[in-house]
Amino acid sequence: MDVVYSSRPLWAVLVSMIAAFLILATGEKNRNLRESWTIIAGLAKFLIVFSMVPVIMQGKVIEYTLITFYPGLLLQFRIDAFGMMFGLIASSLWIATSFYSIGYVRALNEHAQTRYFFAFAMCLTSTIGIAFSANLLTFLVFYEMLTVATYPLVIHKESREAIIAGRKYFAYTLTAGCVLLFAIAMVYYQAGTLDFKAGGFLAGSGSDGLLIFLFVLLICGFGVKAGIMPLHEWLPTAMIAPTPVSALLHAVAVVTAGVFGCLRVILYVFGPVLLHDLGIWLIMAYIISFTVVGAGFLAVGQDHLKRRLAFSTINNLAMIILGAILLTRSSMTGGIIHMANHAFMKITLFFCAGAIHVKAHKDYVSQLDGLGRQMPLTFGAFAIGAIGLSGIPPVNGFISKWYLCLGTFEANQIIFLLVFLTSSTLDIVFFFPVIYKGFFKKPLDDVTPHFDEAPMMMVIPLTITALLSIIFGIAPDAFVRFFSITTLAVQNILGIG
Amino acid sequence: MAEQFAALIIVVPLICSFLVPVIGWWKKKLCYPWVVAVLVIPVIAALGVLNAVMTTGKFSYRLGGWAPPWGIEYALDYLSAFVLLIVSVISLIVAIHSKKSVEEELPEKTVPFYTLYLLLVTGLLGIVITGDVFNLFVFLEISSLSCYGLIAIGEEGAPIAAFNYVILGTIGACFYLLGIGYLYIATGSLNMADLSGILPNLYHSKVILVAFAFFTVGIMIKGALFPLHIWMPDAYSTAPSSVSALIAPLMTKVAAYVMIRIMFTIFQPHFSVEIVPVMPILGWLAVFAIFVGGIKALAQTDIKRMLVYILVAEVGYIVIGVSVANQIGLTGAILHIMNDAAMMACMFLVVGAVFYKTGTRNIYEMHYLNKKMPFTMAAFTITALSFCGIPPTCGFFSKWYLILGTIDAGQWVYAAALLGSSLINAVLFFRVIECAYFKPMQPAYANDGGETHLEIQRDEAPLSMLVPIIIMAAGVILLGLFSGNIISSIIQFAVPASF
Amino acid sequence: MLDYIISKYNFWMYIVLMMIGLYAMVGKRNFVKKLIGMNIFQSAIILFYVSTGVKAGATVPILSGHGHGHEVIEVAKYLNPLPHVLMLTAIVVSIATTGVALAILILIYRRYNTLEEDEILKIRKDAGV
Repeated sequence: MDVVYSSRPLWAVLVSMIAAFLILATGEKNRNLRESWTIIAGLAKFLIVFSMVPVIMQGKVIEYTLITFYPGLLLQFRIDAFGMMFGLIASSLWIATSFYSIGYVRALNEHAQTRYFFAFAMCLTSTIGIAFSANLLTFLVFYEMLTVATYPLVIHKESREAIIAGRKYFAYTLTAGCVLLFAIAMVYYQAGTLDFKAGGFLAGSGSDGLLIFLFVLLICGFGVKAGIMPLHEWLPTAMIAPTPVSALLHAVAVVTAGVFGCLRVILYVFGPVLLHDLGIWLIMAYIISFTVVGAGFLAVGQDHLKRRLAFSTINNLAMIILGAILLTRSSMTGGIIHMANHAFMKITLFFCAGAIHVKAHKDYVSQLDGLGRQMPLTFGAFAIGAIGLSGIPPVNGFISKWYLCLGTFEANQIIFLLVFLTSSTLDIVFFFPVIYKGFFKKPLDDVTPHFDEAPMMMVIPLTITALLSIIFGIAPDAFVRFFSITTLAVQNILGIG
Repeated sequence: MAEQFAALIIVVPLICSFLVPVIGWWKKKLCYPWVVAVLVIPVIAALGVLNAVMTTGKFSYRLGGWAPPWGIEYALDYLSAFVLLIVSVISLIVAIHSKKSVEEELPEKTVPFYTLYLLLVTGLLGIVITGDVFNLFVFLEISSLSCYGLIAIGEEGAPIAAFNYVILGTIGACFYLLGIGYLYIATGSLNMADLSGILPNLYHSKVILVAFAFFTVGIMIKGALFPLHIWMPDAYSTAPSSVSALIAPLMTKVAAYVMIRIMFTIFQPHFSVEIVPVMPILGWLAVFAIFVGGIKALAQTDIKRMLVYILVAEVGYIVIGVSVANQIGLTGAILHIMNDAAMMACMFLVVGAVFYKTGTRNIYEMHYLNKKMPFTMAAFTITALSFCGIPPTCGFFSKWYLILGTIDAGQWVYAAALLGSSLINAVLFFRVIECAYFKPMQPAYANDGGETHLEIQRDEAPLSMLVPIIIMAAGVILLGLFSGNIISSIIQFAVPASF
Repeated sequence: MLDYIISKYNFWMYIVLMMIGLYAMVGKRNFVKKLIGMNIFQSAIILFYVSTGVKAGATVPILSGHGHGHEVIEVAKYLNPLPHVLMLTAIVVSIATTGVALAILILIYRRYNTLEEDEILKIRKDAGV
């Protein structure tokens, strides 16, 4: 594989870190300037990432070595198709989230806004670092940075509840970090390298028992952020955070980083062949299926809208991992593309929840009667997201589900088809009441009967992400070429072409 | 030139410490600039020595021109040059920081304070540089005696803590002295290089075993390895801020250095690992140190006491690295000597600044400290993350190598202890961070308006405190990022070749 | 057995002294007694060192015969001076330690008016420290 050496990955990572410190330096005195740093950094980051797409599409990888610690132990960026995928998702959605955040915090007159935007920018720095890291060590470095950078956002409200949520978040993620540190040290000790390699590099570097042990450790470590049951408990609790943060946590950065980590482990550390030989993939698939279905059922029981969305996230993330662990061409394609599709749909849904919170001060599903007449754009976008997540065409969720279902046939494991279908049914069960209540129920007394939307800064981003979800459903290769990149990544992993 | 540097490192602070009273008698205010100026010289000299070692290999300086093994020799190799640099840099930075806090806490004792300060630094540097076991004892006592004095001028309980330290410290030093005696009976030599040549023929002699045991216990007392750490929490937490900031990072580290010297230079690794079953004992003690230190730290509300108990755990880290006795574990241990010195110094400097500004060390009284002292608290946060082993701070990298070492040795319990300690540290420090950054003084923050929080005036520490703190905090990150270079150019040569 | 003990009686004495010192340092509750224990402990070690340098019938290692270098030097006739010299340093160190310890004791006495550990603990407890 051709390697292009370029410092662009570094700049893609650094630009938001520079912005973070500019934000800190500007502070509360000049809000517009502070916010413009966020926007500029968001655009710059996306453009830098996007400018590398053509190179990736030629089948090359872009590499930049930052620091060498020890032979075989480096801080290095390498962008392959899979990393590019995550980088594109995160950097494009950050722009939307930035605009939305500005609308949100100003509408609510939130406190500590400087800290908020600072932490946000740091989160994105670490996320892009995760996406572009060339090896497990670099991955861990940025993964831990992400943990720390998210903490101020989770406890933004500074209430007792928020602080407890923050503690819970740390208890889960830092423990996971320790497990990962140990597991990665073990991998290094066994294999002498940590470089991700399409198709895995661990084959033959230890006994079967040891490799299975390592696999379990790594998946547990990354699974915490990915919300694999029973390690998901922190996620609904973290819903106490402001809504843009939840959107970021759930769609852009944190959980997706966890899933990205799991996929890296499955496809780039162990690889399909080794996992087949170890025979662990099927057990793993069953465990993940449990999460898929279980989270769906739990979501039905939630009245708090954001908590309902949180369980839907757990459900979808598990589907992505299930797609990867089925180890067939279609299921992997479905899993990887679902990372993007889910991100766009879920961020729409969270944006809607936030808009409802800001405008109507309502957080519970049972309070939404008739609100759709007051906020048609918001509820329309919500409907698109919900339809997409249920796997109904023409929204992009359909494409991922199609490939995931195809994958179950290829793997000859029809039972997982049942899992996917059950999950889609559950999606309908817990999302459609929201739409139904919003549009068709008799309005409650406090609903304004005419058009009265949330601030434009919030409505526009959520409309755009909703529209993009449809566009990616009709033309999956539009704009940023998610589909081609996914295909390329899968080809690399399977060693074809 | 390099040989002169070796002499300067000891001679300059020693002589200048005796000049401090003279200067203080003339003009009290001049003591501080004098001490800072004097302490620059060991830094430069240490750099020169390290440079010489890196270019031409290890060398020695013969004191008074007497040839070893009869004369006293200053042995400069990678390990000692490296530790010299750490000691001299940290003592300089702490000295810069000390100005205001000494004026505040010890207004009438500045002159004796600075005299003893320089003597203490001399002692520490001497322990590191000397290649003679008896000379090491002398320097050990120079540093300990000045340390007793410095601790005793602290707050209310300090004299009692200092007296207990005198008693236990003397037992430690005497054990060390006895060890020398037994070695001398068996070999007739006091020179480390000479000893390491003679000893292998005598490895099965009982006398040597006894000597080794005395050495180990003596250094364990001085280095505060569990369970012989009992003197430390009282002594270090009641000492004046600047004193704790100097001794907490350095005394234990220097003792750890002596331990590595004894086990792997005077005695060969072959002896320390295979003939005497000391490594498992040390390793398990270190595991207990980590857990006991961590749990005791959880019980403290005084942040300085909390840090001292963390120090107990950190000593455990280094000892684990020594006790796995392999190349990579020892690399981790030596790296952690540096990293922990930087982290501890930074923490104690921050605590000193906070105490100077707010007069409190209770972690539950630190509300809104991030608004009052944003830079200080930023440094605190960075260092706290380093203690929790979050990359890319230096704490992560020493942990990485230590864990690789334990994996290499197949010691899973040690690895678990190292990881568990990160989590305990996270709890410890985030207790403080929560309080300082996020705990509202007012009733809970109302969601519908941002006006409820108070306007807090910024009240940052004076520059003489802030600059050292920021340097150390930057150091915590930079030492992490460049740990690879440090290992490949210095530490890998500092690890004994016989591994 | 008895012969063995008697032939090395000086070493046995040093061990006995050391244990007395150790006991006083750890077991006594009075600070001055602890300090005296510490001194006994150090003296024991000095005794140990000095005994190692002693040889029956030997003398100080000063060459008589004006140093023409003709006469054969019989090593057995001379003592090894080094342990004794080392002990000069150790004595200095021990005196310095005693001095510092006494100074600290004065400080303690001025503050609490007593040197009994139990009483001081009680005073501090009453003061709420």
